[in-house]
Amino acid sequence: MPKVISTGTSTVSKLSRRSFMSGSVLAAATMPIITRSAKAEEPPSDGQDNARALAAVSMRVNRQSYNFALDNRTSLLDALRDHAGLTGTKKGCDHGQCGACTVLVDGRRVLSCLSFAVMNEGRDVTTIEGLAAADGSLHPMQQAFIDNDAFQCGYCTPGQIMSAIGCVNEGHAGSEDDIREYMSGNLCRCAAYPNIVAAIVQARDETRRS
Amino acid sequence: MRPFVYERPADVSAAVAVASRFADQQDQPTKADVQFIAGATNLADYMKLGVAKPKRLLDLNALREPTLRQIKIGDGIIRFGALVRMGEAADNDDVRRICPLLSESLKLAASGQIRNMASLAGNVLQRTRCEYFRETSWPCNKRDPGSGCAAMEGFNRQHAVLGTSDGCIATYHGDFAQALIALDATVEIEGKRGARRMEFAKLHRLPGDTPDIETNLAPDDVIVAIEVPFAAWSRRSHYLKIRDRESYAFALASAAVALDLDGNMIRHARIALGGVATVPWRAKAAEEALQGKTLDQEVAETAADAAFAEAQPRRYNAFKIPLGKRTLVRALLETRDMKV
Ligand SMILES: Cc1cc2nc3c(=O)[nH]c(=O)nc-3n(C[C@H](O)[C@H](O)[C@H](O)COP(=O)(O)OP(=O)(O)OC[C@H]3O[C@@H](n4cnc5c(N)ncnc54)[C@H](O)[C@@H]3O)c2cc1C
Ligand code: SF4
Ligand code: FES
Ligand code: FES
Repeated sequence: MPKVISTGTSTVSKLSRRSFMSGSVLAAATMPIITRSAKAEEPPSDGQDNARALAAVSMRVNRQSYNFALDNRTSLLDALRDHAGLTGTKKGCDHGQCGACTVLVDGRRVLSCLSFAVMNEGRDVTTIEGLAAADGSLHPMQQAFIDNDAFQCGYCTPGQIMSAIGCVNEGHAGSEDDIREYMSGNLCRCAAYPNIVAAIVQARDETRRS
Repeated sequence: MRPFVYERPADVSAAVAVASRFADQQDQPTKADVQFIAGATNLADYMKLGVAKPKRLLDLNALREPTLRQIKIGDGIIRFGALVRMGEAADNDDVRRICPLLSESLKLAASGQIRNMASLAGNVLQRTRCEYFRETSWPCNKRDPGSGCAAMEGFNRQHAVLGTSDGCIATYHGDFAQALIALDATVEIEGKRGARRMEFAKLHRLPGDTPDIETNLAPDDVIVAIEVPFAAWSRRSHYLKIRDRESYAFALASAAVALDLDGNMIRHARIALGGVATVPWRAKAAEEALQGKTLDQEVAETAADAAFAEAQPRRYNAFKIPLGKRTLVRALLETRDMKV
């Protein structure tokens, strides 16, 4: 059982995805959380620090605490996929141009490929894996995507769903035109757009009713 | 990507102090060893591409001054804290009512996710999307001074027709900056020598012989706020953006317009043009052509001709001249017809 979720990229490559994933969750549950005050007491910059040292980064992902040891260059997307084993979040372009990597950080939709993981210290992250309830019942947005056949290959879908939840929460899903405008940051190579809009309308109305 | 040290300064003076210690004052902010990061949407992209190579990143998001995150309105001034996110500013009802141009220029930029991440200061400082600048195997005077410009004889459809030089024709792609320059905004800066103010129009520099020098900022200057004056006339203001697809694309041509009208007679027009110039572009000649006139199609066309009189097209971007003119004409007439 790895004590540290990962060091560089080595831990991930040695374990199968399944054992790695269960291992990381257990490790997270038993590891102490690095407190933010400890970080704040870091000595002021003296020019001696090592750019290659691994940074201790803690965040909550899908209601679990994670303690990562990461190269500063690691994007939030790579931390989630390669270090936490949460591969539901997809890498499309890795440059902010497609929306496949969309996650919620402190409830707001962002592009995980354009954020360094170290910048997310102490944040609360939700990925597609964190949407379903404990009993396995799907989030209304997930169910709406299924009901409306809102995908073909499915590669853009986790990003679409996370973005759609953000879009509804922001109050930008009032009309179909609004949905098209405010969802424009999520490209779908299969062009499932009309069905995606229909799914968002359905989930929006259901969430409003409840 | 070059490895970097990551720090989170606690307040603006600490950010300035650390930047001063590690940056060579001769360096451009974009070339310095130490660089600030806010929303990361521009800098992280360019670090991944090997275009930006800071050795030390100072994350501004933990700066404790609350005003950095606030929009304050009063005394004829809207003051945007530097760390206010684009999305928050775009959704602010008071800003939209007082000056729709500001809201529209933000709402039509990037995507919902990027607007949640990107700060207003980072937005105005975003660097060009010139394809040859982005790909480090091409010669580029902006990235590697003296290496040449691959865009000059290359595929330059996205490139600028105004404010160009023999060294660089890269477009300034931001939208919000067009609103700011049209409205005579001011930037508040804290640097090694304390606080100072700069006209927004002085922030960006024409490429000239030194396209690598993009702004008049020192590497340890932190933008803390952007101030925009407003009055009754600013309600009649509008941003029109024309692009290859209807959303989530940079402007091929855009126009920021604010009109102070007396009936249909123009007391004062404020105009800036996006997508067509190397820097945020105030179209003074067009403004002068409109002064005292009654705004109709013909007058608008005269102003648009004046705006593009000095335009220098290259092989693939000549279409931007008629497109830019039509964009401005339409923006002027739409602004005239606004119900305020
Ligand atoms: C796919 C895509 C589409 C886009 N479309 C558009 C569009 O249509 N219109 C548009 O206008 N923009 C568009 N953008 C650009 C986007 O708006 C910018 O990347 C964003 O606004 C930059 O803000 P940031 O806070 O993320 O900046 P960062 O990336 O954090 O920083 C950018 C630069 O500003 C400097 N900086 C940041 N804050 C300060 C400060 N307070 N003081 C001094 N220096 C500072 C940094 O050192 C860096 O050099 C798009 C971007 C992408 C990726
Ligand atoms: S246009 Fe400017 S940014 Fe683009 S390749 Fe030429 S010098 Fe570089
Ligand atoms: S992978 Fe992040 S936007 Fe494409
Ligand atoms: S379903 Fe295939 S990319 Fe969207």
